[in-house]
Amino acid sequence: MSTEEKSINAGHATLRKAFSVCGVLLVMLLVVLIAATLVGSQHLPLGPSLCALTGQTDCGLSSEQRAILFDIRLPRILLAGAVGICLATAGAGYQSLLRNPLAEPYLLGVSNGAAVGTMVALVFFGTHEWSRPVMAFAGALAATFVVYRLARGRAGATPERLILAGVIVTTFLSSGIVFITTLMDATRIRSFTFWLLGDLSGTTSSLLAVTFVAAGIGVVVLALNARSLNLMMLGERDAFDLGVEVGRVRITVFVAASLLVGASVASSGSVGYVGLVVPHLVRLSFGSDNRIVIPASALAGAAFVILADTVARTIITPRELPVGAITALIGAPLFVYLLKRR
Amino acid sequence: MAMLKANDITVSYGERVAVSNISLELAPRRITAIIGPNGAGKSTMLRTLNGGMKPTAGEISLDGQSLVAYSRRAIAKRIAVVAQEADLRFPVTVFEFVLGGRYAWSAPGWGWETVRDVDATREVLRETQLDTLSDRLMNELSGGERQRAVLARALVTNAAVLLLDEPTANLDMAHQATILTLVRQRCDNRETSALVVTHDINLAAEFSDSVLLMKDGRGLAFGSPQEVLTPELLKEVFAVKVLVDAHPVSGAPRVTPVHEMLR
Repeated sequence: MSTEEKSINAGHATLRKAFSVCGVLLVMLLVVLIAATLVGSQHLPLGPSLCALTGQTDCGLSSEQRAILFDIRLPRILLAGAVGICLATAGAGYQSLLRNPLAEPYLLGVSNGAAVGTMVALVFFGTHEWSRPVMAFAGALAATFVVYRLARGRAGATPERLILAGVIVTTFLSSGIVFITTLMDATRIRSFTFWLLGDLSGTTSSLLAVTFVAAGIGVVVLALNARSLNLMMLGERDAFDLGVEVGRVRITVFVAASLLVGASVASSGSVGYVGLVVPHLVRLSFGSDNRIVIPASALAGAAFVILADTVARTIITPRELPVGAITALIGAPLFVYLLKRR
Repeated sequence: MAMLKANDITVSYGERVAVSNISLELAPRRITAIIGPNGAGKSTMLRTLNGGMKPTAGEISLDGQSLVAYSRRAIAKRIAVVAQEADLRFPVTVFEFVLGGRYAWSAPGWGWETVRDVDATREVLRETQLDTLSDRLMNELSGGERQRAVLARALVTNAAVLLLDEPTANLDMAHQATILTLVRQRCDNRETSALVVTHDINLAAEFSDSVLLMKDGRGLAFGSPQEVLTPELLKEVFAVKVLVDAHPVSGAPRVTPVHEMLR
């Protein structure tokens, strides 16, 4: 291709690339989603299940199989998808905003903030289901704010200070979690330990809906700030000079990312590493342009958590592992590999 | 017509006064240099001219209108800043990096770049001789090439005012001259004005039309390099004895410090 042609076509190249990347990832997500519905302690047949998923009633599935598909597996898989969208895009947002490829909801202590919020809601307003996501959002926002303020030195937030601040907030909130746990009775403690590591089994339809709405809002808001984030990840002062309203973008992205983390933690506990690994893989594959990284992270994050959860519920059937244990098992070695390869 | 004008401005950080009662006019086709010791308020002056800091007294005006009346984007279309070094923690290509300079011209939101943005970027990459490197990653470039990319990102904004904060620090002789030659060309060809904050007095003498000498936040002298770069004024500002003669080729003042040890 000549330079002239390249110049004319490049105007829409980013847009085209975004579409093709998202198209490929969407197909991948659908394949993972369908495969995940079929696999489990009881395997479901492909043809009849696909037929049932399209809404037909007479597909040859037994009533027990229908119940497994629609009442157990599908809600759980959809929740896994929503959680993946939330955590991966929140990670991408935090990384660009804080100019730190290692920033991640779990590492920054934001997940723990949301967990404390959720637990406070459970202990003190247990009957109101709505209090959980609201308090989780408040907890995430508060943790984000504290981490950011702690990390900000005289010369602005350096990456090293940020990670240290995250460690401090995480350990502080962990002791808060332990304290709240002691207020609970013994039977609830076990389910809580499970939930803290990321548990997708205990969802309700309203909580699922809340998570999806939050995921939608969060992704759209982050994507609309993607171009500003492209400049901010290369320096806030430069971004300001080039016309970015840095203060407004910072607050918008903090609130959107906290919303995403809050919704995800309220419905499934703290699933770690998703926000770290998925945006990294996306950047390595498709480049650093946030207009591609953010939607691509949403799709790849959904596929990643669905896949991890499928492993979590099948690897030692009929027993289940918390999904957070699997994402960490996949995430940590992959992260080490990525670091080595760079 | 003066495009960017500082009218008797004072800037303070709390109690500390960083810039005190300075007036300055940046006119088209002219390069102004600010010279002074560390902590003289040079960079504060530059940041204030761009709206990055608010003057505690006095006013900045851009094309006859107060700077505070402009939106961030509107300022970015008219004033471009070249900082000392780019902060690169994420891999971006030279093309992507320079294209970022078109931000203020894009629609808010997604801001997909238009053919015009891409053409402007290609043109500036040619102007700064980076066209062959456009697909390379920024952190693969040499220091000189990277600084040219930083300049290219400022040039692609098509801003009528360029503010450069020590653009040639850490560069070798050849790259220093390249950067300032590009600035000179832009000023001559596009009715642009430039303000350069620098520690390199001889480079300032060579490339600038006027010089502002600053010390402790005050403007000590303003005028042509010949008027300002005198042994007396330089001794007052830097507390170092200097010899000033004429550059054998260009005729611009040439400043040589005479250190105590050598006498």
